[in-house]
Amino acid sequence: MIKFTLKRLSVAIPTILILIIISFLLMYSAPGGPFTSERPLPEQVLKNINAKYGLDQPMYIQMFNYVRGIVTDFDFGPSFRYKDRSVNDIIAQGFPVTLKYGTWSFVIAVLFGVSLGIIAAIKQNTFLDYFAVGFSISAQVLPNFVMAPILVLIFTLWLGWLPGGGWEGGKIQFVIMPVIALSTSYMASIARLTRSSMLEVLNSNFIRTARAKGIPKYKIIFSHALKPTLLPVISYLGPAFVGMITGSVVIDMYFSTGGIGLHFVNGALNRDYSTIMGITILVGCLTITFNLLVDILYAWIDPKIRYDS
Amino acid sequence: MIIPKDKISNLSKNLSQMNEVKGRSLWQDAKIRFFKNKAALFSLVTLLIVLLFSFIGPFFATWSNEEIDWSVLGDISTLGYPSIETGHYFGTDELGRDLYSRVIQGTKISLMVGIIGALIAVIVGTIYGAIAGYFGGRVDSIMMRIVDILMSIPYMFVLILLLVIFGRSIFMLFVGIGLVSWLDMARIVRGQTLSIKKKEYIEAAITIGVSHFTIIRRHIIPNLLGVVAVYATLLVPGMILTESFISFLGLGVQEPNTSWGALISEGAGTMRYGTLWQLLFPLFFFVICLFSLFFIGDGLRDALDPKDR
Repeated sequence: MIKFTLKRLSVAIPTILILIIISFLLMYSAPGGPFTSERPLPEQVLKNINAKYGLDQPMYIQMFNYVRGIVTDFDFGPSFRYKDRSVNDIIAQGFPVTLKYGTWSFVIAVLFGVSLGIIAAIKQNTFLDYFAVGFSISAQVLPNFVMAPILVLIFTLWLGWLPGGGWEGGKIQFVIMPVIALSTSYMASIARLTRSSMLEVLNSNFIRTARAKGIPKYKIIFSHALKPTLLPVISYLGPAFVGMITGSVVIDMYFSTGGIGLHFVNGALNRDYSTIMGITILVGCLTITFNLLVDILYAWIDPKIRYDS
Repeated sequence: MIIPKDKISNLSKNLSQMNEVKGRSLWQDAKIRFFKNKAALFSLVTLLIVLLFSFIGPFFATWSNEEIDWSVLGDISTLGYPSIETGHYFGTDELGRDLYSRVIQGTKISLMVGIIGALIAVIVGTIYGAIAGYFGGRVDSIMMRIVDILMSIPYMFVLILLLVIFGRSIFMLFVGIGLVSWLDMARIVRGQTLSIKKKEYIEAAITIGVSHFTIIRRHIIPNLLGVVAVYATLLVPGMILTESFISFLGLGVQEPNTSWGALISEGAGTMRYGTLWQLLFPLFFFVICLFSLFFIGDGLRDALDPKDR
């Protein structure tokens, strides 16, 4: 188990470094510096600004400084657009918001998705099953950027129950719609995965044996069938997590919740390179760490994985 | 077991006359199975109708997609509604342009992005996966390690970074989507190649001295086509979703071009003023096309998947 973890770590850490270097090279190769504008600055001013941000040094020194800043101090440098804020300030402001509705969405998608899938599998070919299958098929074509306007249309414009945007420190009525919009399609995918996996497990021999021994049905499901059922679901958690972080960009834009997605898109529209790089790298690190945790969890549950690799 | 007499006599007649039994290839088999699948067939027809509409539709339009109808511009929400008399069958958008023509334009661009994106993924992914799987050993482990690393990067963020740095254009969008979309394909193709590689006909080809690349071209890739076809059809809606996501944020397709994502974004932004048709028409096309594509993909998988036989 320790060997397995170390092996995964030895892949994850270089991946993070590569991500940082790739995004640095992308930014470096961008045509025009961050301070080239339509109205050209005087030569000396431009020189001073470049010196202040360290842009006058050779490429490899800039890269080294940037990577060192992130690795040692977790410092993404100053924003190229706002003189008084660093990228760290922007992240510190937006990240808690994203984390709050993101965590809620993730928990709800997993809990409801798994329950719906299990219920559908147990009650196969009943009304409940058809409902679950229908829901999970429809939700495929309802990604977050389609759900968000539909929810606002229904709950804000027609019913007037919920505010159409804003955050207000995360009061419950401001969190509901972002969470629904973000979690629906993942809930559906998880439900579908759980259902098919549960059906496969329920048809396997050891469940038949358990049933022949006269073990009550709920006990078969919870103490025998659940663990193997959840294996494919766990391997889907990584992609679901990435999808939710990506989706937060749409949520922040549409509901004006002020998470990192908002800063990301604003940075993208303003060519604020250091901010979008910082956010990309942060998200990359989160993703890689989360995938690592999922891998370890998977290996812990399923010994086959541990010994195969 | 009782067999009806007439069947036996029929059989004996056939046997005695040595009627030649016509063989059916894998693809003919798949075609028969696909056409038996009502949902897939219906989806195929729907998709063809939408395609036809996007090519024939412009001949019925009274307004082009760029003309501005000055007579409705001042008061879109009361004058720009869909009507036959004004010639705006789907109403107008916020700038007084004809939504019917805009939706046709968006449909064309979205479908084109989907198909070309999937094509890039198919070509690059198939070649990459086939080479990795065929040569195996160190080549395989290095090539697949690269895929693993690229996969763990949150690609939507990197894609947006690319678009910001190299300018927002359809061409960059293709490059960006193409860069990441082939990864899944490469993995699937590699897995299939590993099993095809062990077949006797490959061994036979090696013994008679066929070169490696001819083996890949003549023997491996043709046998991969079934799997590739299935995943390619499922890739098309994936590409469309990616493009719509980016265009929804205003970072993808730029004016005067448009796409479903951009149109949904415009409609979602203005629905508060009572111009619901601006959201619902593009949304309708988006939803039915994605539905159709998913069902066609599922249908193809059922028709071609050897596991089901």
